[in-house]
Amino acid sequence: MSRFFVLTLNGVTQGAIYAAMALALVMIWRATKVINFAQGAMAMFTTYLAVFAIEHGTPYWVGFLVALVSGLLLGAIVERVIVRPVESAPALNVVILTLGLLLFLEALAPMAFGGQIRSFPPAFSIVGLRLGTSQVPFSPFDLFTLGSVVAVMLLLLVLFQKTDLGLRMRASAFNPEVSRLLGIRVGRMLTLGWALASLVGALAGVLIAPSLLLYPTFMDDVLVFGFTGAVLGGLDSAVGAVVGGLLMGFALTYVGGYFGSDLETVGALVILIAVLMVRPSGLFSVQRVRQV
Amino acid sequence: MVAVQSRLDRLVRPTFGRHLLFALGAAVVLLLLSSQIGAYDDYNLTAVAIFAVAAAGLNLLTGLNGQLSLGHGALMAIGAYTASLLLKDHHQFPVIVVLLAAVLSTGVIGIGFGYAAARLRGPYLAGATLTLAVAIPQVATRYKSIFGGESGLTVAPSSPPDWLGADFPPERWLAWIAFAAAIVTMVLLANLLRGAPGRAFKAVRDNEAAAALAGINVARTQVLAFVVSAACAGLAGALLAYWTGVTAPAGFTLALSLQLITAIVIGGLGSLAGAVWGSLVLVFVPLLTSGMASRLSLPSSVADNLPLAIYGCILVIAMLVAPHGIQGALRRILAYGRARWGNTPGGGQKGVVDWDDPAPDT
Amino acid sequence: MKSVMGGNALRIRAIAIVCLAGLLAACGTSGDNSSGTNTASAPGITATTITIGSTQPLTGRAAPGYSEISPSSNAYFNYVNDHGGINGRKITYYYYDDGYNPTNTASLTRKLILEDKVFAMFSALGTPTHLAVVDYINSQKVPDLFVSSGCNCWNDVSNHPYTFGWQPDYTIEGKILGQYIQKSLGGKKVGYFYQNDEFGTDGVKGLDAQLGASSVPDASRQNYVPTNTNIGPQIAALKASGAEVVVSFSIPAFTALALLGAAKLGYHPIWVVSNVGSDVTTLTGLLKNFSKGAVGGALLGGMVTDAYLPLTGDSANPWISLFKGIHDKYVSNLPWDGNVLYGMAQAYTFVQAMKAAGRNPTRASFVKALETTKLSGGPGLAPLGFSSSNHLGFLGVQIYTIAADGTQTTTGPVYTSSDSGPISQYSGSASTPPANGIP
Repeated sequence: MSRFFVLTLNGVTQGAIYAAMALALVMIWRATKVINFAQGAMAMFTTYLAVFAIEHGTPYWVGFLVALVSGLLLGAIVERVIVRPVESAPALNVVILTLGLLLFLEALAPMAFGGQIRSFPPAFSIVGLRLGTSQVPFSPFDLFTLGSVVAVMLLLLVLFQKTDLGLRMRASAFNPEVSRLLGIRVGRMLTLGWALASLVGALAGVLIAPSLLLYPTFMDDVLVFGFTGAVLGGLDSAVGAVVGGLLMGFALTYVGGYFGSDLETVGALVILIAVLMVRPSGLFSVQRVRQV
Repeated sequence: MVAVQSRLDRLVRPTFGRHLLFALGAAVVLLLLSSQIGAYDDYNLTAVAIFAVAAAGLNLLTGLNGQLSLGHGALMAIGAYTASLLLKDHHQFPVIVVLLAAVLSTGVIGIGFGYAAARLRGPYLAGATLTLAVAIPQVATRYKSIFGGESGLTVAPSSPPDWLGADFPPERWLAWIAFAAAIVTMVLLANLLRGAPGRAFKAVRDNEAAAALAGINVARTQVLAFVVSAACAGLAGALLAYWTGVTAPAGFTLALSLQLITAIVIGGLGSLAGAVWGSLVLVFVPLLTSGMASRLSLPSSVADNLPLAIYGCILVIAMLVAPHGIQGALRRILAYGRARWGNTPGGGQKGVVDWDDPAPDT
Repeated sequence: MKSVMGGNALRIRAIAIVCLAGLLAACGTSGDNSSGTNTASAPGITATTITIGSTQPLTGRAAPGYSEISPSSNAYFNYVNDHGGINGRKITYYYYDDGYNPTNTASLTRKLILEDKVFAMFSALGTPTHLAVVDYINSQKVPDLFVSSGCNCWNDVSNHPYTFGWQPDYTIEGKILGQYIQKSLGGKKVGYFYQNDEFGTDGVKGLDAQLGASSVPDASRQNYVPTNTNIGPQIAALKASGAEVVVSFSIPAFTALALLGAAKLGYHPIWVVSNVGSDVTTLTGLLKNFSKGAVGGALLGGMVTDAYLPLTGDSANPWISLFKGIHDKYVSNLPWDGNVLYGMAQAYTFVQAMKAAGRNPTRASFVKALETTKLSGGPGLAPLGFSSSNHLGFLGVQIYTIAADGTQTTTGPVYTSSDSGPISQYSGSASTPPANGIP
């Protein structure tokens, strides 16, 4: 089994998680032009809720649902209560607001659930599948992770491209004033956008928690690399987010595998800068290239 | 002779004089203050001065030139490591040399980053600088033999000169160095902002196309803003190395970069005074909240995390009630006071108000 | 941090007493250790209290696990306070959250020394964090006891006469683990998995000293950075290198991740894990959710590790029943694990040192007493090595193995060593706790 093969399989599962996080960030960016730095912390918190449910005797899938539903609600609440009032404030204010929320949630989780590292159960076995005589580093659970992220992406694609609701959401994000005139309840659409994005984030949380272990800051890196992936792909494109997230997963794993794990973030920086110098608005952007 | 005279006039403009006068006043006040308070308060005020230098530079870049950097912690790390490397083998380098070397190295590196940054906008620049913030500390981890790995490089303190007496507190000496650095930085920045570069910064921020039409080289303006800002971060980083006593990757995490952004937004975007307010918040609020939590009788998991929770809440609430930061709120109070008491705008308070930039609106 | 309650009143009184003591000292009537009355003999010591301080990662990345240490120390101090204190003085323990960030440590340490006027620093956690302040603490001549880190940098008597380590340093640990591998696992191919900082590299230094650096090829030396949880590539590399024994200098989370990563690959080497990363309670908790699909508790089975304190699961041990009892009474909200034991055992050694220093110690006499009094190891398996030339704490460890169900069994005697010296067998016997649990 070649090293490249091992690293590729490792990269694709990492990338799937970054893709889900990137997707969540892009949805919020498209809806409200906000980078939600609390996305990771929100996912962390919903994952804690899931583990709380599971540890109190509910089956795994109920816990899974708890995470997704609480993600949906948390997203809606955050948009309504915290983000809506600063809609017209300077753009950076919302950044600080989400940072404040991040700190608050990361402090709240250990207060409510204890500060120890916990394990989170996987839905399926984490033992690699057998390919002939050798065991490949790709487990049924990895397959589930990858499948879930792809399924969510497809569902969102259908929602936005094929349904009336999706059309209204896109219109609200694209031009709120005109949408309002057309009778679309823009506020509701934005709340729904945040809620759905937060659900995708919550999914990323329960999918990655078994392999990262669960502690208050466990989603910080996922947020950073998800954001990097989103920027790499282009913040206006859902497909770009998924591709960017996957690319980030591969890039980090190859750099880590071939050059040492302490160079992963440096690799991420080099790749990101290289791509952005050629395409300053990401791979999937349609904007013109700026000249210096 | 006449030419020299007019050059002098230009050099010693009324604003420059006012800045100098204000700086002199600040220096006297700080000098007196630092001698009256204890070593611990001196030490905390030093931190305020250090963060004010970094935040002022960041405010110039983000508040006035519109380039959002989430990676200024990494630039501070470059300054800190420059200082620490100089002090590693040559304890005798004077402070001024160490600080200038940090300014220079960070400034030069800032040229490279500045060119890259000038091609990027909004969240893309944020993403690139965020990655910078997580990548730079890893370089130090990787190249252990140079940068000391996770344990970092220890920094010998700068001992007070003999003429101050044998038992002069080292905390006060460091405070003086930091105050001097902060005041010099503020005066230089204030002059820069009063002049053509400052106008160019704002023109580019407000409308790049219009700025270009007005004959401003947009890219060069942005690079200049980045370099000046990086130099400030480098200076702050070098001071921080002295202040902390060790330069290690754990001191330059993403959290530091995010703290700096927080400082300028809470303090007031686009104004030098805002950078000072923000730094005061950055240093003193965590001290207050940690003191508060430790005086309550709570289970350890709650008591340990309460300060962080309070700090998070403060950020959220501050953004909801004071969207233009402390400086914005003060301006409003001042304007209200003037309207109420009938003072003409630009009256007695002008010197103070002039110190920072007119109302920002990004 | 209950002990901080009423701190203001105490502090005012403390300041008053310190001032008084200053006056007395000026008259040349203070500093008599043998007298029967308590005096404010040093900063942080009053007639009724001893104040000490610490910096700890209570929030952030390093907090899980480590944040249990200081509340546990405090629990033991509260136990001592409830039983009359030390020479009638109650211990007040301030511990502040530095988030494992040296910048915060620098400021908080000054707060403890300048504002809170602590008598001594105690159990300050972390290598980069404490390196930031060790010069300062020594320049202030403040005793700096039992740094919570196995870096050998704390044993530097000439530069840092006030600083003392406590746990065995990682190099010693590496040597003794290496000796076990030579004796019991001889002939097997060895690989390393270690944290990319002084914890891992010092451990590897000890292993290499024992096994010979050339016996482990580069391909079998894999490290990780604690900020990067994707360790799949490293485990795959170890598997590819054919290592049959993997020595892991890792923190518990990364031990668990390594075991899971190996299970994923169907890779089953013999794991030899340093003390820091082998806490059975923590590992069992981290692995319990993976019992489906033939992974489960079997992951721990056959693991070899070492200890310098009794095992948390050994309920027959009198030290364990003492500390477990204090845990249940004072900090039952924390899990009963190695971190709790660590915090309590450290606090025990501190009380021992305090007692040894006599009724009215000064900072200097306290340090002197620690260097000259032969302290019993207390709960420790190996002896404490404190002397005027050595500020290292426990000098050695004992090897034990973990069965699939989490049962721990000691193997062989306690060995002691130093960074450069030979390994020798420790013949002393384990001490038993005093009846009331206070030295």
